[in-house]
Amino acid sequence: MSENVGRIVGINGNLITVRFDNPVTQSEVGYARTGDVALKSEVIRIRGDNAELQVFEDTSGLKVGDPVEFSGNLLAVELGPGLLAQVYDGLQNPLPKLAEQCGFFLQRGTYLKALDREKKWAYTPKARKGDEVTAGDTLGTVPEGIFEHRIMVPFRLRGKYKVEETLAAGSYNVDQVVAKLRGERGDEIAVAMVQEWPVKVPIKAYAERLRPVEPLVTKVRIIDTFFPVARGGVYCIPGPFGAGKTVLQQITSKHADVDIVLVAACGERAGEVVETLREFPELTDPRTGKSLMERTLIICNTSSMPVAAREASVYTAVTICEYYRQMGLNVMLLADSTSRWAQALREMSGRLEEIPGEEAFPAYLESVIAAFYERGGVVKLKDGTTGSVTIGGTVSPAGGNFDEPVTQATLKVVGAFHGLNRERSDARRYPAIHPLDSWSKYPGVVDGQQVAQARKTLRQGNEVSQMMKVVGEEGTSIEDFVVYLKSEFLDATYLQQNSFHDVDAATGADRQKYVFAKIHGILTAKVFFPDKDAARKWFLQLTSVTKDWNLVPMDAAEFKQLEQRIDAMLAEVSEHA
Amino acid sequence: MHKVYHRIEQIAGNVITVRAEGVANGELAQVVGTLGTSLAQVIRLERDKVFLQVFAGSRGISTDGQVRFLGHKMDVSFTEALLGRVFNGSGQPRDNGPELDENRIAIGGPSVNPAKRIIPRKMVRTGIPMIDVFNSLVESQKLPIFAAAGEPYNELLARIALQAEVDIIILGGMGLKHDDYLQFRDTLEANGALSRSILFIHTAADPTVECQMVPDISLAVAEQFALQNKRVLVLLTDMTSFADALKEIAITMEQIPANRGYPGDLYSQLAARYEKAVDFEGAGSITILAVTTMPGDDVTHPVPDNTGYITEGQFYLRNGRIEPFGSLSRLKQQVNGKTREDHRVVMNTMIQLYASYKETLEKQSMGFRMSAWDNKLLKYGERFEKEMMDLSVNIPLEAALDLGWQIMADCFEPAETGISSKLTEKFWPQATA
Repeated sequence: MSENVGRIVGINGNLITVRFDNPVTQSEVGYARTGDVALKSEVIRIRGDNAELQVFEDTSGLKVGDPVEFSGNLLAVELGPGLLAQVYDGLQNPLPKLAEQCGFFLQRGTYLKALDREKKWAYTPKARKGDEVTAGDTLGTVPEGIFEHRIMVPFRLRGKYKVEETLAAGSYNVDQVVAKLRGERGDEIAVAMVQEWPVKVPIKAYAERLRPVEPLVTKVRIIDTFFPVARGGVYCIPGPFGAGKTVLQQITSKHADVDIVLVAACGERAGEVVETLREFPELTDPRTGKSLMERTLIICNTSSMPVAAREASVYTAVTICEYYRQMGLNVMLLADSTSRWAQALREMSGRLEEIPGEEAFPAYLESVIAAFYERGGVVKLKDGTTGSVTIGGTVSPAGGNFDEPVTQATLKVVGAFHGLNRERSDARRYPAIHPLDSWSKYPGVVDGQQVAQARKTLRQGNEVSQMMKVVGEEGTSIEDFVVYLKSEFLDATYLQQNSFHDVDAATGADRQKYVFAKIHGILTAKVFFPDKDAARKWFLQLTSVTKDWNLVPMDAAEFKQLEQRIDAMLAEVSEHA
Repeated sequence: MHKVYHRIEQIAGNVITVRAEGVANGELAQVVGTLGTSLAQVIRLERDKVFLQVFAGSRGISTDGQVRFLGHKMDVSFTEALLGRVFNGSGQPRDNGPELDENRIAIGGPSVNPAKRIIPRKMVRTGIPMIDVFNSLVESQKLPIFAAAGEPYNELLARIALQAEVDIIILGGMGLKHDDYLQFRDTLEANGALSRSILFIHTAADPTVECQMVPDISLAVAEQFALQNKRVLVLLTDMTSFADALKEIAITMEQIPANRGYPGDLYSQLAARYEKAVDFEGAGSITILAVTTMPGDDVTHPVPDNTGYITEGQFYLRNGRIEPFGSLSRLKQQVNGKTREDHRVVMNTMIQLYASYKETLEKQSMGFRMSAWDNKLLKYGERFEKEMMDLSVNIPLEAALDLGWQIMADCFEPAETGISSKLTEKFWPQATA
């Protein structure tokens, strides 16, 4: 197909140097041929008549002199109905289909179409002949699971187009041309259900970008109440290994109040993806009553899969998010882990022998990370509806030390920081988000003043507990001791959440408001105790009752009973006032 | 058939450079030096310059030495005849047995399609309470043992290997002391396990490049057995030596180091090996237990740190015991709900009480007064360390759970443990005067 062929002159790991004669475009895709396989690669640097390409596969067997075909296209993904519930690798190869074809192992050089060509979709035209349209406008729709999937004017078109021909309602596959458009310069465009888009370029077919202000409920109390995330916001979760990053991501992917969740397993364990893969089809989405998988899409480039494809995988993921955002949906991207992606950049940078920055990460690390998170956001579409892409990225800092380049570069550009902490996870205080170090710039679901008060209690409690380590319990005044107990109570009953318990795992916004008001009442109440032992005993009992309260559904009779018990207990100790 | 090249242009570290054409990346070659013949592997191509890493090291190779390219990648013979044998990192016998040449399989193959994996669900019983009760090992898990030098990690590995119910044991030794290798072999032999074991051994005296091959060769063989429906346990000791070998090659190749001299792709390199642990849908499984020694007992050192992000938990071996804090089996939730109804409760309660004991110890050392509760904890902690944590304890899971109840009953009232009355009624041992 392509006439532009170069020859390999050098191979260093997954970097190949190719001599070319005809023009070559930066970032275009090339295929390196060895035997009967063609290995996908991407141009990353051009010097003189040599192009350097990163190969998305194992390069063993390639020889100097082997041909490389330049495709002329940038690395792109297919966008169309049938993406949801799929499992793709970083280059959008459907993994279950690949397994059918190749068996247990991922054979290099096998690339399948991302979308099923056989499947028929019930198409309903929306645009009429003669309508004037621009990129991103809806031409028709097909039902995809629980959503109405819009077939849109290709995002690459610039300027105005007139609809010349439309397709009647019916059942078609994705390659079907649904409309013909004519541009101002007379050019005719045939629009199919499927379109392609280069992954490293943001889709901008919207009217304007808005400020993310609406809270996105994750049903994790410490997040929604203390460190909220907004729809269209971006946040990061750095933490050492074993602190619960992935569990937190999994919980969020189940309960987050968004239309679509895209899980990008980037350079992490395959086993974790398998859990999602096997469990989600069995779980029901409480919002729709359908299988959770119907709103989920997995991009999985686990740690043992080729490293260059890992770099591509986060872009593949965010591009698909933007595509669904264009339909007026709220999409969430959970990237686990962005550090592995940054390491992929570092590996390539090393092979290119670029001058290294801190910890050998390339100097452009910060701008690449910033550009990635900037792809999150709320937009007002041309038809007036809004859509959003929320990005939550985990960071795996070396040694759990947040003073490293990836964490620091990420913190500069995100709106919320959920710092996971080794001490908290060792003490089994999950989710191990540190309540004093973390922050968020987004508005939460609970009254801000109450939260500020609670935070003050936490800070004071922490100070008292530090002091107690030095002077012991004997040397602490009972007033200070009660502050300490209050902060421990807040921690045990509200900040900690049992992600394996059916009820406790997900606390809705209403319940958070209700319960937090109660807890705020306890934190601000003036309570009196004869001695420290009595205080400790009372708080232990209150903690246990409140924990039980967390475990019963809000509409159960027991909920009210336990609440009354808490009230009664509080009245007991504060009546001396 | 194969052309022989006679001019070696550069010899640096274990890497030699020749000018040759039509050579494939990753191809093997034979290099003849004054000290004998060695295999070498192509690691980089630059026009007609071919960079090879020589498995036996470059010592004794002269500039007019012979290089003959073999036209295939590194491979290993895969037959039942491997069982009971000992090989080096290049796959050559080191036990005076015959060389094996049939059914060659490539090493370092592609990774498993995640869609073909299943959620692990079978527990591997080891007879060690700190593992079985508190951090159960699960089939297809990849788990390192983090230890400082001098800890009995190899003994622990050997013990787990002997007691685990698996079909095949593959030991990949890297940078082993020769005595340690002999001890491994003798232990396996004495317990009649050698006939279901295969050993790939690189000792500290052997060339570095072979060290780098050991995990790949071990796992390639393991993979073939797993595909034949076998349950394979792969033991790798010590992965820090493997990482150091990577570092050595990277520095020789003038790569820019990322952290403490290690190459930037250390994470990917380690992951490529550990991720071979798998439970195949419709076939066998590979479980990987590896030793990672921590230089300076520092877990933030690049090797243990990167390992921790890859593996499904870790065991800390400290003072000859598996530490309950920090040690973690990420997969234990998959199996410990199905063993006995009190398993999780005993696991959680005993650890919490042990944590309280540690706090009390701290208080005691600072000279604070000991309350009645503190004294109970002190009694409990001592017994826990002696009867549960000690590595010499060797009892089945059920007996370990019973022992746990007994220790708690001897130290506390049922209510003090925080265990629900439903379980204490059933399991709390009756006082035996």
